[in-house]
Amino acid sequence: MLRAYVILFLAFLYAPILLLPVFAFNDGTVIAFPLDGFTTKWFAELWTNDELHAALMNSLFVAGTSSVLAVLLGLAAARANIRYRFPAKAAAMGLIMLPLVLPEIIVGVSLLVVAVRMLGLDLSLWTVVAAHVLICTPFAIAILNASFQSLDPSLEEAAIDLGCSRAETFRLITLPLVMPGIVAALLISFTISLDEFIIAFFLTGSDPTLPVYIWSLLRFPRLIPVVMALGTILMIVSIGILVLAEWNRRRGLARTGAKDSGGFL
Amino acid sequence: MGVPLDQDTKRGLTLIAPPLVYALALLAGPLLAVLVFSFWTQDYLTIDRTPTLANYAEALTDPIYRTIMGRSIAISGVVTIVTVILAFPVAYYVSFHVRPDRKSLWLFLITIPFWTSYLLRIFLWKVMLGFNGVINSALTGLGLIDAPLTFLLYNANAVVLTLSHAFAPFAILPIFVALEKIDRSLLEAARDLGETAVTTFLRVTLPLAMPGVIAALLIVFIPTVGDYVTPAEVGGPGGLMIANLIQAHFGGLNNAPMGATLAILAMGIVTIIALATVLIARKLSGGAR
Repeated sequence: MLRAYVILFLAFLYAPILLLPVFAFNDGTVIAFPLDGFTTKWFAELWTNDELHAALMNSLFVAGTSSVLAVLLGLAAARANIRYRFPAKAAAMGLIMLPLVLPEIIVGVSLLVVAVRMLGLDLSLWTVVAAHVLICTPFAIAILNASFQSLDPSLEEAAIDLGCSRAETFRLITLPLVMPGIVAALLISFTISLDEFIIAFFLTGSDPTLPVYIWSLLRFPRLIPVVMALGTILMIVSIGILVLAEWNRRRGLARTGAKDSGGFL
Repeated sequence: MGVPLDQDTKRGLTLIAPPLVYALALLAGPLLAVLVFSFWTQDYLTIDRTPTLANYAEALTDPIYRTIMGRSIAISGVVTIVTVILAFPVAYYVSFHVRPDRKSLWLFLITIPFWTSYLLRIFLWKVMLGFNGVINSALTGLGLIDAPLTFLLYNANAVVLTLSHAFAPFAILPIFVALEKIDRSLLEAARDLGETAVTTFLRVTLPLAMPGVIAALLIVFIPTVGDYVTPAEVGGPGGLMIANLIQAHFGGLNNAPMGATLAILAMGIVTIIALATVLIARKLSGGAR
C-alpha cells in the first residue's frame, strides 16, 4: 500500500520533467499532443542563437562569481559557528541564515529599493551577483557546518602541538579534510544561482541571465521548442553536477570516517 | 581547551565579521530601507518623502489589495497542508521501510526533479494542464471525455497543484530527518506494552516527528506566499498573488512606495502566522518538552 503510494508520488514528481525531452525532439512548434515526428533541429538552433549564448555567458559569470564568494563567506561563518563561542552568536547566525526562509521577492525588492532608489546605482550583473551571494551563503553554511562538525578538533591540536603555525595547520590539516564540503557547497551554490529567476528579474540591467532570457522566450510560442531543447540540456547538466556533488560528499565522509546520514541539506 | 577564552572569542568574532557585515549591509539595511520607503508616497513622477500611513490605510481597506492578500495566504495555506500531508508517507517510507544503505539513493531520486529549471517546470505544468495538454489528450484519447476540460488551468487550483509539486522535497526532507532521529526501541517498547501499530504511530511516532512536520510547514508556507512565477504562469486572473502585485507596483504601475508597503505587510502577516503555527504546534504536542 505505502510502497504503491510512494511510487505514484514519484511518478507525480517526475511527470512534468519527462515531457521536456519529448517536446525537445518533437517536430512542431505547438507544445501539445499529438506529436509531429522526430527532429533535432531545435538543438541545432541553439548553436546559432547569439542572444542565448550571451545570456548563458552572463549566467555562468554570475553563478561562478557568486558561488565562490558565497563559499568564502560560508567557510568563515561555519568555522566560527562550529568552533568558537562569541557574543550574540545566535542572532548573528540567524541574520546570516535568514535568506533561507525569506521569500525571494522580498530580497529582490529590498535590494532594488536600495540600489536604484536610494543609491542611484545602475543595475548590472554585479547587482545580481551581490544578491545571489546573499541567498547562496546560507546553503553553503548548511553544508560546511556538517563538514566542520565531523572534523575532529584533536587533529588540529595535534598539528599545533607538533609545531605547526595556525596558518599551516589550516592549510595542511583543516582545508584538505573539509575540501569535499567546499566542493559540494560550490556546486550547490552554482546550481542555485544558475536557476534563480525572480531576484535576477528585478536586478538585471540590460544583460539578462539565462532564466530571465528564458522567461522572455516563454512569451514567444515559436521559440518554445528551442527552450525545451535548452531545458533538456540544462537538466542533464544539473543532474551531472548533482551526481558529482553527491559522489564527492560520500568521498568526504569516507575520509573523515563519519557515517553516511543522507542527502546534502 | 588550552587557549584562553577571550582569544577564542576574538577569533570567532574575526571569522564571523565578513559574513555578518555582508548580511547587515545587503539584507538588514535594505529591509530597513523598504520599511522607510513604505511610509513615503508616490506623487505622480516624484516621491513624497513626508512619512505617512496613507499606503497602509489604502492597502488594508482597498478591496483589490485585501482580496489578493487574502488569496495569497489562503493558497499558500492550502499548498502547505496538501504538500505536508502528501509528503509525510513518503518520508515515513524512506525512513522506516528502505534499507539504510539505500536511503541516500532514495533522497537523491526525490530531489533530482527539483534541480531542473524552475521556470521550465512551471511551464511544463502548463503543458500538462492545458487545453491540448497531456491530461486532456489522455482523457479524450481514452474516450472518457468528449471535449477538453477547461477548469484545469488558469485558476487557483492550478497554482495549488503546481506549488505543491515544486515544494514537495522541502516538506519531505525535514520530516525525514525528524523520523530518522526517532529511537526505534521506543516503538518496540510501545508494542511490547500493548499498543497496536496504529496507536503506536499516533502516540509515539507522530509526536516525535512533530518538529520535522513544523519545519516542513514553515519551509513550504513562507516562500510560497511570495511566489511570483507560478501564479503569473498558471494562475490566470483569478489566481494572482501578492508577489505579482508587488512586482506590478515596482514595474508598470510605477508606485514603488505602495509596493514596499505590500511587501512589509506580507512579511508581517507571514511572520505572525509562522509564529502562531509554532506556538499552536508546541501546545498540541504537549508541554512536556
